Parts: sequence; C-alpha cells; structure tokens
Amino acid sequence: MEKSATLDKKFQLSEEGLAFVKKEMNRYETKRSAILPCLYRVQKENGGWVSPGAVSYLSQVMDIPEAQINEVLLFYTMYNKRPVGKLHIQVCCNLSCAMNGSRELVDHLCNNFHVKEGEKSTDDMVTISRVECLGACDIAPMAQVNETYIGPLKKETVVDQIKGLLKQD
Amino acid sequence: MEHRLLSEHYYKEGHSSLAGYKSLGGYETLHKVLDKTPEEVVCIVKDSGLRGRGGAGFPTGVKWGFLPNNSEPRYLLCNADEGEPCTFKDRLIMEKAPHQLIEGMLISAWGIKSHKSYIYIRGEYQNCIRIMEKAIRSAYDEGYLGKNVCGRDFHHDMDIYVGAGAYICGEETGMISSLEGKKGQPKLKPPFPAVRGYLDKPTIVNNVETLAAVVVILRDGVEAFRSIGTEKSPGTKFFSVSGCVRTPGNYEVPLAYPLMDLIELAGGLREGRKLKAVIPGGSSAPVLTAKECEKARMDFESLAELGSMLGSGSVIVMDDSCSMVDMLSVIEQFYHHESCGQCTPCREGTGWLSKVVDDILKGQGRIHDLSLIQGIAENMMGKTICALSDAAALPAISFVTKFRDEFEQHIRKTLVQKKEEGLSA
Ligand SMILES: Cc1cc2nc3c(=O)[nH]c(=O)nc-3n(C[C@H](O)[C@H](O)[C@H](O)COP(=O)(O)O)c2cc1C
Ligand code: SF4
Ligand code: FES
Repeated sequence: MEKSATLDKKFQLSEEGLAFVKKEMNRYETKRSAILPCLYRVQKENGGWVSPGAVSYLSQVMDIPEAQINEVLLFYTMYNKRPVGKLHIQVCCNLSCAMNGSRELVDHLCNNFHVKEGEKSTDDMVTISRVECLGACDIAPMAQVNETYIGPLKKETVVDQIKGLLKQD
Repeated sequence: MEHRLLSEHYYKEGHSSLAGYKSLGGYETLHKVLDKTPEEVVCIVKDSGLRGRGGAGFPTGVKWGFLPNNSEPRYLLCNADEGEPCTFKDRLIMEKAPHQLIEGMLISAWGIKSHKSYIYIRGEYQNCIRIMEKAIRSAYDEGYLGKNVCGRDFHHDMDIYVGAGAYICGEETGMISSLEGKKGQPKLKPPFPAVRGYLDKPTIVNNVETLAAVVVILRDGVEAFRSIGTEKSPGTKFFSVSGCVRTPGNYEVPLAYPLMDLIELAGGLREGRKLKAVIPGGSSAPVLTAKECEKARMDFESLAELGSMLGSGSVIVMDDSCSMVDMLSVIEQFYHHESCGQCTPCREGTGWLSKVVDDILKGQGRIHDLSLIQGIAENMMGKTICALSDAAALPAISFVTKFRDEFEQHIRKTLVQKKEEGLSA
C-alpha cells in the first residue's frame, strides 16, 4: 500500500494499473463487469480508498459514465469512501466473534491507538472498524488486517501483534 | 466420528496442488464422465437426490432440468460468496481442495452443456482467491480447461469474479447483478436464472459444496451416495461449528447426524458451561432451545419438523454466558446493514427490528415491545423480492417466543435499574 493514505484528486493509475484496466475490460463478456476489479485497483494505488477524483479518472479511462461507477462504489463495503490508515484493522463483531469477546477488543484497540472507531489515527497509521462475519469463526475472535486474517485474538497480545505488523514494511 | 467422503484427502500434504490431487485419483472421474452423455450426467445427479448446500436445499438435478432445451449459451456460476454468518465450509473446500471444485464444475458443465463458468468469491477471501487462481491456471496448463478438455471435443473456460463486501450478493440473482458489474440487487423470480440469468442467458447457480459433491456422486454412483444420510437428505454435509465450543471448525458427517454429537465433535462446551441454545443453519435459521437440541438431527426434514432449517450448515452454539437479547441484537443489526433496500417491508422492517431489539438491550425496552417485534417480523414475511426479509424475521420470532422469559427479565431488570438511577439522581 502507498505510504500516504490521503492521495488527492489528481489521481492517475500507474502504467501497470492502466494495463490492468485494459485487460479487465476485455476479460468478461461486458466491459461493465470490469468496474468492480478496476475499483479495487484504484483503491490500491490511491492509498487504500477511492476518492471522487479517482472515480472521474476511472470513468474517463474506461469510458463508462461516472454514475455507473459511483453506483457500484457506494453499494459495496470493501471500497473505502474515506481515507484509511496504513493498517486497516477490521474486527469481526458477528455472533461467534462477539461471543468470544471481539467487541471488547475493538474498544481496547481504539483506546490503545488513540483513535475513534472507523476513523483514521492522526499519524495515518491505523483505522479500526467493525465488520460482519468474515467466514473465519473457527479462529474467533478474529480480524482482517488489510488483506490478512488474524485470530484467535487475545486482549493481552493484540496490541503488540498490531504494532509488530506496523513495523513490517 | 466424521465421515470424510468429500474431505477424505483434505488434510494430506500436497492435495491442493494439481499433481497432488491427481496422485490421489483426482480428475479420473472427469475422464470417465466425458464418456457419458450430458443427459446421463443430469440423470445421475437427479437420482442421487443431491440437494443444494448453499441454503435452500433445492434438488440440484431438478434445477439443472429447468434449463431450456435450446442452443443458447449457458453459464455455470459457482456461489463462493459464503456470507451467511458463521459459515466457513466453502473456504475449507477452496483452500484444501481447489481441484475438487474445478473437477466438480467441469462435470457439471458437461452435464448442463456449458462452456463458461465463473466462481464468484467474496472479496475478503484473499487466500481462497489466490489458491483458486493458481489452480485454474494449472488446470489450463494441463489441458483440463480450455479448448479440448481432457483432449476431448469439449471446450470450457473458467474464471473467477471477486465480490466486494455485500451479503446480498450471495443470493443468486443478486450475484448475477454483481457479476454484470452492477449493484448486487436481487431480481424478481420468475424468471429463474436457469431460464434468464447472467446477461439474460440461462444460468445455473450452485454452491461450492454442491459442486464438490458432484465429483463423489459420479465417482461412487447413486447407490453409494444414497446409502449415506436419509432418503430425502442423502449424502454427507460439512457443518461449520462455532461459538461456545472448544474446537470450532468444519466437520463432515452424514446428514441426519445428531446435533449433540456434532457439538461433541467440536470439542463440546467449555469447562463448567451449560448449553443454552443453538442456531443450526446460519443466523437466518430459527434458534433451538437446549431441550430441542437433544433430539435434533441435522438433515433438512428433521430440522424443518423442529421449526428450524438446515440452511448453510453453520451451527452456532451458545452457552449460559450468552445473553439472548444481545445475540438477537447482533443478528438484527446484521440484516439491517445488509438489506439492499429495494423492498419496503425489508428495508423498514430490518430497521425497526434492529432498533427495537437494541433499545431493549440498552434498557429502554417495554414489555409490549415483544409483541411489537413479533408484529413487525410477521409483516416482513413472504412479501419481498428475495428471502433476506424472511431471514431477518424468523430469528426475531423464534428468539422472543422461545426465550420470552429472558427478554422479559432483561426488560424488567433494566427498568428497575433506570428507576433507581432516576431516584438517586
Ligand atoms: C440473502 C441470501 C443470501 C445467500 N447467501 C448465499 C451464500 O453466501 N452462498 C450460497 O451458496 N448461497 C447463498 N444463498 C442461496 C442462493 O440464493 C442459492 O440458492 C444457492 O447459491 C444455490 O446453490 P445450491 O442449490 O447449490 O445451494 C443466499 C440466499 C439468500 C436469500
Ligand atoms: S428482501 Fe431485502 S435484501 Fe431482498 S431484494 Fe428486497 S430489500 Fe433487497
Ligand atoms: S463471526 Fe466472526 S468470523 Fe464469523
């Protein structure tokens, strides 16, 4: 993920990113199906979120109306509509995780990283939010940190675990 | 004990690679099947009595039979969205046996005469996505996919489509909308996807586990498959057991396996805890009390007789440390969050249910809220485009009727607390 978590309006895809978009536009039966994968790509190259400027840009590159792209962007929760921290920590709070203390972990993490739920820490390092079942209740309580699943989490060790991940790359 | 029919080799080293899968007999069934006519394959799946493992339990062969008898292109869509809370069996299949899924899809594709399939995987399953991508690539390299499958006159292309976080995309028509690059909103049925699906073409949507089971049915034959489970629910099933058990995980057992034995397979309850309730088929299924659990068997009919459902096969175990008010509020918040908003009873109903239950939880409830919940829920059923609305209503009704005492106690207790706080203020 890019270092700065708040890239701005003048968003442009890298050369590989553009090649990816071209490839996706030919991959499925219709060009429109490429919107979801291309939004992921934009999010990745824009520091973890999809800015309005990035939508206009993608609309031009794909030659698809902005409204169609926005419709998709707003419907799906995995596209971030606001900047997120370097580590996006999404703690599952559905049944099995909740029974095993995940909601207390959210509060514990927020307190330790001095951040409000769903918001980005002032140093741009973390965003902590609640999500629905991630299909990994066998390791409840669990969380998704960027693309990786971690669990079963323990209150005593979770903060150090996250700090360890922050030190990597 | 587990009955590892599908998962016989899952825990062996190398089984997830193509070479490993082949060394354990993988893709032999496909070779054999390509000597049969597609009609024979559909007939075998029909006779096997296989029922969909994604939630509704619809007979797979019968669904395939709904395809129109014409030469239009038809699509096979594998449902790997696995969004039903506390279900994680499709993840196991994709991680441990990607080639079993591909083989099952190829056999099914031959049966329904499809030349293109997609596996729709939820976006959070990054590990499964990587594994399936690699598996598909090696299947192309080895001639199992592409122009001449197994060197025969059959072409089939397979691809992956990655979802982006929306439970409703697990509903088959929502999934089709999503695959078309749109909001994942379900469409009114009929027409069913088998008649008009992806890009308005005939489309068969099946769950990961259903398609994996097709391999063992074609390998062992109808009789062998039917010798497991019951007459109406034949075969084995993966159950994702989680919550208050010692070793949560996936367990493959014959259908009609006793629920209490399944809980024991998952290590049983924790030291000193008592069983309070179990949701036997994902959070949409009505809850069972500890007493009902004693006689519950895990097949479609037995659970229906108990007024619940087998659903996706996720068994959520609650012990005496769980508050039923709290659990219901988690469930209703989920459905409220996931309603796609097209139908008024669902959009409004899920909002109200989650608000009323949350109020009770926070100590702002009144006894008459319990009949209010019942009333709201009853008005949400059977009136909407898809079954999400019913899925939100059923747990609400079952929780407040079966655990009414606990709800009333919670309301009274918090009311007393409020009054005391009021007096001391
Ligand atoms: C709200 C809702 C969510 C669903 N989610 C899933 C899911 O995540 N995975 C799945 O296989 N089926 C899901 N289904 C069921 C599908 O609509 C469909 O019946 C199923 O994929 C058919 O496959 P099967 O016959 O092999 O079970 C869902 C249904 C509804 C109403
Ligand atoms: S029932 Fe709910 S989720 Fe299903 S289509 Fe209607 S509003 Fe959407
Ligand atoms: S409830 Fe948390 S992963 Fe399923």
